[in-house]
Amino acid sequence: MTSETTNSKQSGRALPSMSVLGPILALVLLVVVGALLNPNFLGAANITNVLARSAFIGIIAVGMTFVITAGGLDLSVGSMAAFIAGLMILVMNAALPSMGVGVPIILLGMLVAIVAGILAGLLNGFLITTVGIEAFIVTLGTMGIYRSLVTWLADGGTLSLDFGLRTFYRPVYFDGILGISWPIIVFALVVIIGEIVMSRARFGRHCAATGSNEHVAHYSNVNVNRTRLITYALLGLLVGVATIMYVPRLGSASSSTGVLWELEAIAAVIIGGTVLKGGFGRVWGTVIGVLILSLIDNILNLTDLVSPYLNGAIQGVIIILAVILQREAKAKG
Amino acid sequence: MGETVSTPTLELCDIRKSFGPIEVLHGIDIALRSGEVHALIGENGAGKSTTMKILAGYQPATSGKILLDGKEVTFDSLHEGEEAGIVMIHQEFNLAEQLTVEQNIFLGRELRKGWLLDKAEMRRLTRSYLDRVKCRVHPDTPVSKLSNSDKQMVEIAKALSRDARVVIMDEPTAVLTNREAGILFEQVRAMREAGTAILFTSHKLSEVAEIADQVTVMRDGAVVRACPASDITEDEMATAMVGRDVSDLYPKHREEAENELALSVSGLDVPGFAEGISFDLYRGEIFGIAGLIGSGRTEAMEGLCGLRPATRDAMQINGQDVSIRKPSDALAHGLCYLTEDRKLRGLLLERGMRENLTLQALPKFGTLLIDRSAEEKALDQAIKDFDIRAGRRDVKVGNLSGGNQQKLLLAKVMQSEPKILIVDEPTRGIDIGTKQQIYAFLRRLADEGHAIIMVSSEMQELIGMADRVAVMRTGRIAGTLSGKDITEDAIVRLAMGVGATEYGAKKELA
Repeated sequence: MTSETTNSKQSGRALPSMSVLGPILALVLLVVVGALLNPNFLGAANITNVLARSAFIGIIAVGMTFVITAGGLDLSVGSMAAFIAGLMILVMNAALPSMGVGVPIILLGMLVAIVAGILAGLLNGFLITTVGIEAFIVTLGTMGIYRSLVTWLADGGTLSLDFGLRTFYRPVYFDGILGISWPIIVFALVVIIGEIVMSRARFGRHCAATGSNEHVAHYSNVNVNRTRLITYALLGLLVGVATIMYVPRLGSASSSTGVLWELEAIAAVIIGGTVLKGGFGRVWGTVIGVLILSLIDNILNLTDLVSPYLNGAIQGVIIILAVILQREAKAKG
Repeated sequence: MGETVSTPTLELCDIRKSFGPIEVLHGIDIALRSGEVHALIGENGAGKSTTMKILAGYQPATSGKILLDGKEVTFDSLHEGEEAGIVMIHQEFNLAEQLTVEQNIFLGRELRKGWLLDKAEMRRLTRSYLDRVKCRVHPDTPVSKLSNSDKQMVEIAKALSRDARVVIMDEPTAVLTNREAGILFEQVRAMREAGTAILFTSHKLSEVAEIADQVTVMRDGAVVRACPASDITEDEMATAMVGRDVSDLYPKHREEAENELALSVSGLDVPGFAEGISFDLYRGEIFGIAGLIGSGRTEAMEGLCGLRPATRDAMQINGQDVSIRKPSDALAHGLCYLTEDRKLRGLLLERGMRENLTLQALPKFGTLLIDRSAEEKALDQAIKDFDIRAGRRDVKVGNLSGGNQQKLLLAKVMQSEPKILIVDEPTRGIDIGTKQQIYAFLRRLADEGHAIIMVSSEMQELIGMADRVAVMRTGRIAGTLSGKDITEDAIVRLAMGVGATEYGAKKELA
């Protein structure tokens, strides 16, 4: 038990130290370890690679932060991404004869992804808030539905974007401004906006209130159902955005696209210090969570110290450790 | 009673307790004797809860001795306290909500026949315990389906089942109606006859006078008075608790009320709870709503404010027809409801004061982004206006005392600048000093021209504060009393449905 007099001066700043510093320290530690193990680790090429790969999960995880903060959960995002990618490819291929290769058809594909994402998110949100089924069950169901739909659309194989289109679309993943690739720029924008909304806007406050105690929120003039519905729609939108960035990378979608993304996104959110049962969330923490997960993967691939096949095991240990550290910080506070 | 000089069953000697460098208990002596009911009273924050937790083994003392049957003991865990026959019944119940009554009563010490549970015997015993407390719930009912008063009875049945030698009850009557409290007291007397030592806390001094043999009064972490109950009057108890005279608990009524109509509602129906509620509310008036718990008071008010589905024939605010379907409609018309349940519906306990204060009125604090410095200013003002004593500014609201939570809740509701304020049990479970402050605040608000509806189970409070009182029974207004007609007797008669017509009750439509 810390003394209350010494606390009173700097309490607000000093109190959350472990839960705030923990993820940051872990990230710094990983960077140091990576740099020591492999000189290429801090090279521009590797950093760009790590960040670009983090962007998909990262963009989704920002949306997941809002859903979890408001007391919800979404297991369907990985399947949803695969389904949206498949849908996008089908629509673009179908429109190709009439529209030809060009900017309009790419915009059409993006529009499809965004609209499909929002609709899929709204469907989850509607079933959870209006119909009143638990989030875990609803999204477990839609997870299966979207996964099955994309498999069916691809007829068990792979949906490929037309070769000409693919060449035209490629720069959206591989190019950028000032040497920073598009996915990283979009990821950064999503994070900045997300952080401001979470910590400074009314919506973020409403999410935290809803997740903390929905009765109190209701009695305090917070529209609980609408707040939740918006978090799911927002997540759907961000899944759409992530898919837009993802499709040009491989130019295809199959039943194995986006597998386990939902768990990686949830893990990143939790490592970042958002409380799984809701009521408290921070977007910047989620970013650190995403980076920690990607760096582990990256370091294992760059060095032959530990088999890359153990990636999952190490990530698992990190997730559990993160929660234990947070709990101890809480107990002390 | 109390003349016996037997060894106390459980005794605290010079107990001190510190949290960090702050000492909260300064040498407490208290002795619980077999066959004696001991009342521990004091304002919120006086140290009653901590004292009880040390008695029950929930928390260790920093220094001092705990004597069980005259022998020094240390309880390292709650379990050891229970082993020694000490049972504590919390204000927030300690029951597993999803389990049935029977499973709860035998939780952790299930009876077995060989490898299997002996359900028949447990059922029989459960029935007998419930009968002893005159509780009619079925042993198979899940606890989550019970009312608060039934939960209280189940807790007591559980204590009975453990053959407790010492029973410690934290405000057992706070959630009970008078009749249920009567049953509880019968049971307390029966336990006393059986030789149990009983300690309870209460903010209702009349109860203390009625049932206690010994009274210990605490203030600021110390015992300021300890004597047989027969040696102290209720007034003296209150004075000892607060440390000053509190005979002027209620502010003066207003000489004459204004006749300007603030709110008029007719035919308010809240499906399943209330029917045909009609009344007029004038500016500058405090309108009381009485009735037993379960009479639909709270639900009717929540329906009025759009917090739960309701229909109405007509509703006017300041002479204008209004339609209120959701809480934001009510707020837009300056109508605001302060919940009876500050912990579950009023405040985010895990959050700080600033976020709680502004939650209901967030649009006031910035359009696109929230203006934190404006929030901080509002908090400064609220702490000053409502005399909120928090110690630290960033304290989690759950760690505030009940009285300070209630003041914060009031401050929060006032952030939305209501013209018509509905307060539901505004002083439940808070100390007399804070009550006085809240009463004064409500009266001042009315004098400034606001209209106030006060829902309360405490008849003294209604008599002391309200200009008129509507009494509800089974979802309807059984009658309305005003001026000198507001008496305890009249309220009880209307609430219980006896001799209602004498008091000019409206005809029931039935």
